[in-house]
Amino acid sequence: MSKKDSEYLINRKDNQYEVVIGLEVHAQVLSESKLFSTSATKFGAEPNTQVSLVDAAFPGMLPVINEFCVKQAIKTGIGLNAKINKRSVFDRKNYFYADLPQGYQISQFKDPIVGEGKVILDMPNGQKEVGIERLHLEQDAGKSIHDLDPQNTFVDLNRSGVALMEIVSKPDLRSPDEVNAYIKKLRSIMRYLGTCDGNMQEGSLRADVNVSVRPKGSKEFGTRCEIKNVNSIKFMQMAIEYEANRQVDLIEEGKSIDQETRLFDTKKNETRSMRSKEDAHDYRYFPDPDLLPLEVSEKFIEELKNDIPELPDDKKKRFIEEFKLSSYEANILVSDIDTAKYFEEVVAKMGKNKDIKLAVNWITGELFAVLNSKGLEISQSPVSAKNFAILINLIKNGTISGKIAKTVFELMIDGDKDPQKIVEEKGLKQQSDPKALEALIDKIINDNREKAIEYKQGKEKLFGFFVGQAMKASGGKANPQLINEILKKKL
Amino acid sequence: MSDITKQSLTELVENIKNKKLSSTDVTKAFIDRSEKSEKLNAYITNDFTSALDKAKKFDQKPNLDLKLPGIPMAVKDLFCTKDIKTTAGSKILNNFVPTYESTVTENIWNEGAILLGKLNCDEFAMGSSNETSFFGNVQSPIDKNLVPGGSSGGSASAVAGQLTPVTIGTDTGGSIRQPASFTGIVGLKPTYGSCSRYGIVAFASSLDQAGPMAQNVKDCALLHEVISSYDPKDSTSIDFKRNHYSKELTNNIKGKKIGIPKEYRVDGMPKEIEDLWQKGTQYIKDCGAETIDISLPNTSYALPTYYIVAPAEASSNLARYDGVKYGFRAKGENLIDMYEKTRSEGFGAEVQRRIMIGTYVLSSGYYDAYYLKAQKVRRLIKNDFDEAYKKVDAILTPSTPSSAFKIGEKTNDPVSMYLNDIFTVPVNLAGLPGISIPAGHDAKGYPLGLQIIGKAFDEQNILNIAYAMEEKINFKNKITDWWIK
Repeated sequence: MSKKDSEYLINRKDNQYEVVIGLEVHAQVLSESKLFSTSATKFGAEPNTQVSLVDAAFPGMLPVINEFCVKQAIKTGIGLNAKINKRSVFDRKNYFYADLPQGYQISQFKDPIVGEGKVILDMPNGQKEVGIERLHLEQDAGKSIHDLDPQNTFVDLNRSGVALMEIVSKPDLRSPDEVNAYIKKLRSIMRYLGTCDGNMQEGSLRADVNVSVRPKGSKEFGTRCEIKNVNSIKFMQMAIEYEANRQVDLIEEGKSIDQETRLFDTKKNETRSMRSKEDAHDYRYFPDPDLLPLEVSEKFIEELKNDIPELPDDKKKRFIEEFKLSSYEANILVSDIDTAKYFEEVVAKMGKNKDIKLAVNWITGELFAVLNSKGLEISQSPVSAKNFAILINLIKNGTISGKIAKTVFELMIDGDKDPQKIVEEKGLKQQSDPKALEALIDKIINDNREKAIEYKQGKEKLFGFFVGQAMKASGGKANPQLINEILKKKL
Repeated sequence: MSDITKQSLTELVENIKNKKLSSTDVTKAFIDRSEKSEKLNAYITNDFTSALDKAKKFDQKPNLDLKLPGIPMAVKDLFCTKDIKTTAGSKILNNFVPTYESTVTENIWNEGAILLGKLNCDEFAMGSSNETSFFGNVQSPIDKNLVPGGSSGGSASAVAGQLTPVTIGTDTGGSIRQPASFTGIVGLKPTYGSCSRYGIVAFASSLDQAGPMAQNVKDCALLHEVISSYDPKDSTSIDFKRNHYSKELTNNIKGKKIGIPKEYRVDGMPKEIEDLWQKGTQYIKDCGAETIDISLPNTSYALPTYYIVAPAEASSNLARYDGVKYGFRAKGENLIDMYEKTRSEGFGAEVQRRIMIGTYVLSSGYYDAYYLKAQKVRRLIKNDFDEAYKKVDAILTPSTPSSAFKIGEKTNDPVSMYLNDIFTVPVNLAGLPGISIPAGHDAKGYPLGLQIIGKAFDEQNILNIAYAMEEKINFKNKITDWWIK
C-alpha cells in the first residue's frame, strides 16, 4: 500500500489498484415519535415498552405519516444541497423476519423524498466533492436477541417503526480516510440541523459499505460487494481495507469477484459472505396502498429552508473571514456543532478587546485536553463559555500570565468557578507596578552583585538567572515582560 | 314478540323512541331468533349475554336522541371488536381477541347500538359464496343448500333471515353487493375513503370499503349515515362534507340521467337477468328519470385487473400472520419451518391461492407485466367512468350475472366463482359508490339484484334512485323460515 499524496492504492507486484467505495448510511431521524405511529423512540427503554398496535402490526392497524419526520428528511436534504422531490411514494419492501412484524418494511423505492446532492470533504490535500444519489425515509425493524436463551430468540420491537433516513452516496469515495471524513461530515451536517444525533454507539448512524477495486487509471467499475450494517467508522475503515485487499488478491489470482452481500466480523477483522446475488431476496416492492403519495408544496419547502441554521461549510468560511482563523483552525471549530457553539459564545463574552487567536489556542489546547482526560463532550464542559472568556481576557489584559492562567484554569474546573475570583482570592494577580518591580529588582541585583558584574562583563546567560530570581521573589506573579524591560535597564 | 324481527330498522328505532318497544324487547327477539337459526351458521361468535345486559342498561337510562337507540346488531367478523374474538373467518386468527375497536363499529356503538355477535364470512373476505370460511359455509335463508354469496355471506344471511335488523359488511370486489343480491336485501359499497378502514382486517387496502346491508333503502341510508366519517387514523380516509343520508332521502329523481352501459351485456348471461335489467330501465323511466346508453369500453379488463391488484395487496397484507405475535402458531424446527407450517395450516386453500397469485405478480421480472399493467388498466377503467359521468348522473347494471348457486357448485372452479364479481369489481377499481337493491326473482324464485353506480361521494344520489326504484319494484323477499324447526 502506498499513500503518496494521500492517494490510496493497493500495490501488488507490478499492478496498482484503486478502491471505489459507496455508502448507504442509515441515519435515525431525531424525533420523539416513530415514522408511522405515535410511540416513543427513546433509546435504552425496557424491551417492548415503546410499541403501539401499529408497530406490532395488529390486524386492521394502519400507518399514518409523522409530519415532523418528513420535515427532518427535507431539512437534511437541504443540508446536503440536494433536490427535494415534491412528490414521493412509500413502498412496501416485503420479506419475512421475526423482528419485522408487518412482513414488510415501509420504505421509498422508486420515488424518494430527496434526490441528488453533494457534500464537500476537507482532505489534507484539498477539498473533495462527494455526490449524493438520494435520501429516502423508511422504517427501522425491531431487534432479534439471540443470546438470552439457548433455544429461543427474543424480539424487542421498541425500534420497530422508528424513522430512518437512508442516505446513498455515489461511488465517489476512494479510501478509508475519505470514508472517515464523509461520515464525519454527514454527521456534522445532521447535528447542525438537529435531524440525527449521529450517535453510532446507540445505532443512530450505521452504514452498508459497497466496495469494489479496479486497476489504477481504469474508468470501468469492478464488481462490488456490499458489507452490511457496519456501526463504527473504525470498523468501516477496517472492513474496506480487508475487503479491498481480498478483491485484489482474487484478481491477482485470476479469479473473478462474485457480487454478494458480506458481513464484517469485528473480532476476526474479516468480511464473510452472507448471501450471493442469486440468493438475494426478491423484495416485491410496490406502492403501499395504505398511504397516499407524499406531496409537499414549494411553500412547505421554502419555510423549512428559512429554518436551516448556518451549516459547517458556511460557518467555516465566516470564521476564516471574520476571525482571521486558518482553515485548519476553522475546521476544528466547526466540525462539531457544540464546539462551534462554545467558541462563538466565548467570542461573544470576550467583549470588545478580544484575542480570538488566544481563545482558539486555549480551546483546542487546554480545554480539549481536560475534556479528553475526563471523557466529556464539549457540551458537558466543566468550564462555561462565560468563565472561559473571562480567563482569556485576564491573560489578554495582563492581569495574569499564561502560566498563572493554567493554574487558574485547573482551579476553575471544579465547579465552574469565576477566574476573576480565583485570581483575587489566591492573590494571583500579575505584578505590573513598575515601581514595586524596580524595588524588587534593585534588591536582587544588590544581593547578587558579583553575578551582575559578570553579566556586564559579557556573561549574557546570567540574564535568565536574574529573571528567575525576580519571578521567584514575586511568587510567579511578576509581569515577565516588565521584568525583562527593567532588568535590561538596570543591569 | 315474533314480529319484532320482521320490522325494519327505521320501524324499530321509531318504536323504541316512542317507547312502544324497549331495547330489551328488541334485543331478546333477535337473540331468540338467532338462537333458533343455528342451521344458517351465520354467527362465528355470539355475544348474546352481554348484549342483553347492555339492552337492560340502555332501558334504565335510555338516550333516545341517538340514531340507533338500543338497537342490537351483529357485524361481519372482519371488524375488530374490543374484547370480542375477531377471526376474519380464518383459523390463523381463531384465538385473536383485539384490544381495540374499528372506527366503523365504534361509530355504531356511539349511536346507541348493541353488539349481538360476529358474523361469518369468507376467510379474509376472499370468496363469493361464504364457503372459504374456516368456520364452515353459511346457508342462505332463501333456500336450503343455497349459498348466501360472499364474502359478507353471514351478514347477508343474518339480515335476510332477520337475525339482525341491519348489519355492516365489507366490499373489496362485490362482497356486500353480491350477497345482498343473492339474498334479496339492500347493500351499499360506499365511495373509497368515506368509511374508515381502521380496525378492519385488511384484504386489499386500495379496494376495501365497509358498508351497510339492510332490508330496505331507508335503513341502509340511516346506517351509512352512522358509519361514514372522516378518520385521521386511516390515511386514505377522505375529509368531505357528509350528508344526513336518511333525512335527505327522496324518491324524487325526476330529470336524472341514468346510464345503461352496453358492455355489461356479457356472453352467457341468463335471459332473466337481461329482462330484469330491462324492467329496471322501465322503472327508472316510470320515476321520471331518463336512461341513456353509454359505453364503458374497458369493462372486460376489470376482472383480470382485479385479480392482479387484489391478490398483490393481499399477499403483502397477510404477511403479518406469521405465528410470531398473535394468532395461530404451528410448531417448527426453526423460524422458516414455523412460518411455513403456521401459514400452511392456518390459511385455507383460497387464501393460499391468492397469496401465491399476489406474490407471483409482484415478483421481479413479472411486476411490470402484471402489477404495473394492471394499475394502468385500473386508471383506464376509472377514466371510462369519468367520461360516462360527463353525460349521466348514475349508472344502472345488474348486480350479478346469475342468481345464487348451490353450495359446492363452484368450489372446484375458481374462475367461474370469480366471474360472479364481473359487475361489481369495476366499481371497486374506480373507487366509486355502488348499491345493490332487490329487483325481482328468477324462475326458481331466487332473488335478483340491480346495481346503481354513482359518482364519487354521491351516495345520496344513488340512495335516492334506489329509494325511488324500490317503491316501484315493491319487492317481497320469500323467506320461509325453512331452517327453523
